[in-house]
Amino acid sequence: MNAFQISWKNLKANRLTLALNLLLIAFGTGMLAMLLLGMSQVGERLRNNARGVDLVAGAKGSPLQLILSSIYFIDFPTGNISEEDARSLAAHPMVKKAVPLALGDNYAGFRIVGTDTGYVSLYGLELAAGRFWTKPFEIVIGADVARAQELKTGDRIYGSHGLTSDEDLHDDHPYVITGVLKKRGSVADNLVLTSLESVWQMHGADGAREITSMLLQYRSRMAMVALPVTINRSTAMQAASPAKESARLFALIGIGVDAVRWFAVALMLLAGVSVFVSLYNSLRERVYDLAVMRVMGASRGAIFAMIVLEGTLLTALGSLAGILLGHCALHAIGYWQGSPQARMDGLVFLPQEALLLAAGLCIGLVAALLPAIQAYRTDISETMSKI
Amino acid sequence: MLQTSRLTKTFPNGTSLRFPDWKVGRGEQWLLLGESGSGKTTLLHMLGGLLRPASGRIVVNGADLYTLPARALDRFRGQHIGIVFQQPHLIRSMTVEENLLLAQSFAGIGKDIFRIREVLHALEMEHKRHAYPQELSQGQAQRAGIARALVNRPALLLADEPTSSLDNRNADAAIRLLSDLAASERSTLIVCTHDDRVKEAFFKDFMFELRHERISNQLEKS
Repeated sequence: MNAFQISWKNLKANRLTLALNLLLIAFGTGMLAMLLLGMSQVGERLRNNARGVDLVAGAKGSPLQLILSSIYFIDFPTGNISEEDARSLAAHPMVKKAVPLALGDNYAGFRIVGTDTGYVSLYGLELAAGRFWTKPFEIVIGADVARAQELKTGDRIYGSHGLTSDEDLHDDHPYVITGVLKKRGSVADNLVLTSLESVWQMHGADGAREITSMLLQYRSRMAMVALPVTINRSTAMQAASPAKESARLFALIGIGVDAVRWFAVALMLLAGVSVFVSLYNSLRERVYDLAVMRVMGASRGAIFAMIVLEGTLLTALGSLAGILLGHCALHAIGYWQGSPQARMDGLVFLPQEALLLAAGLCIGLVAALLPAIQAYRTDISETMSKI
Repeated sequence: MLQTSRLTKTFPNGTSLRFPDWKVGRGEQWLLLGESGSGKTTLLHMLGGLLRPASGRIVVNGADLYTLPARALDRFRGQHIGIVFQQPHLIRSMTVEENLLLAQSFAGIGKDIFRIREVLHALEMEHKRHAYPQELSQGQAQRAGIARALVNRPALLLADEPTSSLDNRNADAAIRLLSDLAASERSTLIVCTHDDRVKEAFFKDFMFELRHERISNQLEKS
């Protein structure tokens, strides 16, 4: 019978205590794992989606809102800008590339984005089937849109006004799906792309045509300083930097995340105390077991190792369960998540999770140390003569 | 086989016991008698390698017990000395068979299921080998305790008041089993008791014990 079997049998002898300790550790570790995975995925999504975009120009208002609506397609747009203003900005010598965006409609909650082929090349989008749009009212849909709505090329769909609801249907103009995009793991999976003309014709804008915003790439490093100032001072538009606003957003979320993280750490420490108390109490019941093991030939060291193994086995199992729990929870959140733009994935594993496991082991080790020393010191003769 | 010389033990309260020298031959069966508190258990624990004497030496099976390093003494105890206690003290989280397995692995001898079955069979406990200690009667638990003490074929079998928790019938059976098994395994047996039932049982079967009893009475007086 090896040390693992002995320790496991001892743990199993007290099922309720075992379950309580496992739960405590699993919840603590689970929350930490979920935070770790969630934050890393959100951060990665944010960075991925903003890749290649140096600056966003749009109607004046909150810069964060402009970034959220134009890059992540989460919030409402700040308003519209005239096509004329946009064109003159696109022609600015400091601008290397400019991609216009026109928002306003949705299909079953997926945003319809009027743009040009610049959007496709900016994000390196590729087709899984069909072709890109060439005429008004032809659309290309993201992979998740196709999957969720069971759409394929050649299907016709109707958009509705607004960004979320399916009331106020534009039932006079159907869109024709000409292509489906390959899955990218970015917001593009959840978009319906079409030409600017489609959006304009849908809304019957003939004279003063407007767009929502423009994604810009700098031509040089110098533009980084000069261009935002130029836009903010001399046009009716505002410029917002995705990098800066993402950082601000992250800092805002960070306060809440920190609170949850400390709570999880407290839970882990509590679990450590619980393991300690359980082991310590079980020692009192088990003094004879330990003494008899010594009589049978177990050394002091073996008894010490047995208690330490019990503690670490307990917390290691708990941490492992917790990490699994964290993944399951995150996957469940991803599954039922309302906003498909930043869907969580519970099947991604990070190397930092090994640290969680190590932390769990350490807690078990520390919690078991004192009881193990106590067990190490047990005097066989004294114990056995007490009957 | 077993020899003590100039053994003394000092207790925390300052009192000190001196034990007369004692020599036990291989395969002999001895009774260690005395009133409670007279040092029987102390002497038995010292013989079993559980309690270091203040001075003097104990040689068991050629090994001077308390000159061995701690780890070697533990191993020696596991391999060569079997101890039956007043209470069986089986490990509660394990079945009877696992308790015996544990004795084999702590002694550092290989797992030997056949030997376990053999011992359990001899004690008529084979049908209970998958039972947990709390599922056993007092008598069965004590028999399992005896089985555990015997499983490694100890050269020296020590029993400390093995019958005190048993009724007449079980006490009689336990003593008979201890004595018979020790004889068939060629183990030296020392039973420490103040139970008259044990004295009577031994008197019938091993008449020469009378002499030893007197020696152990002297033990108590010293």
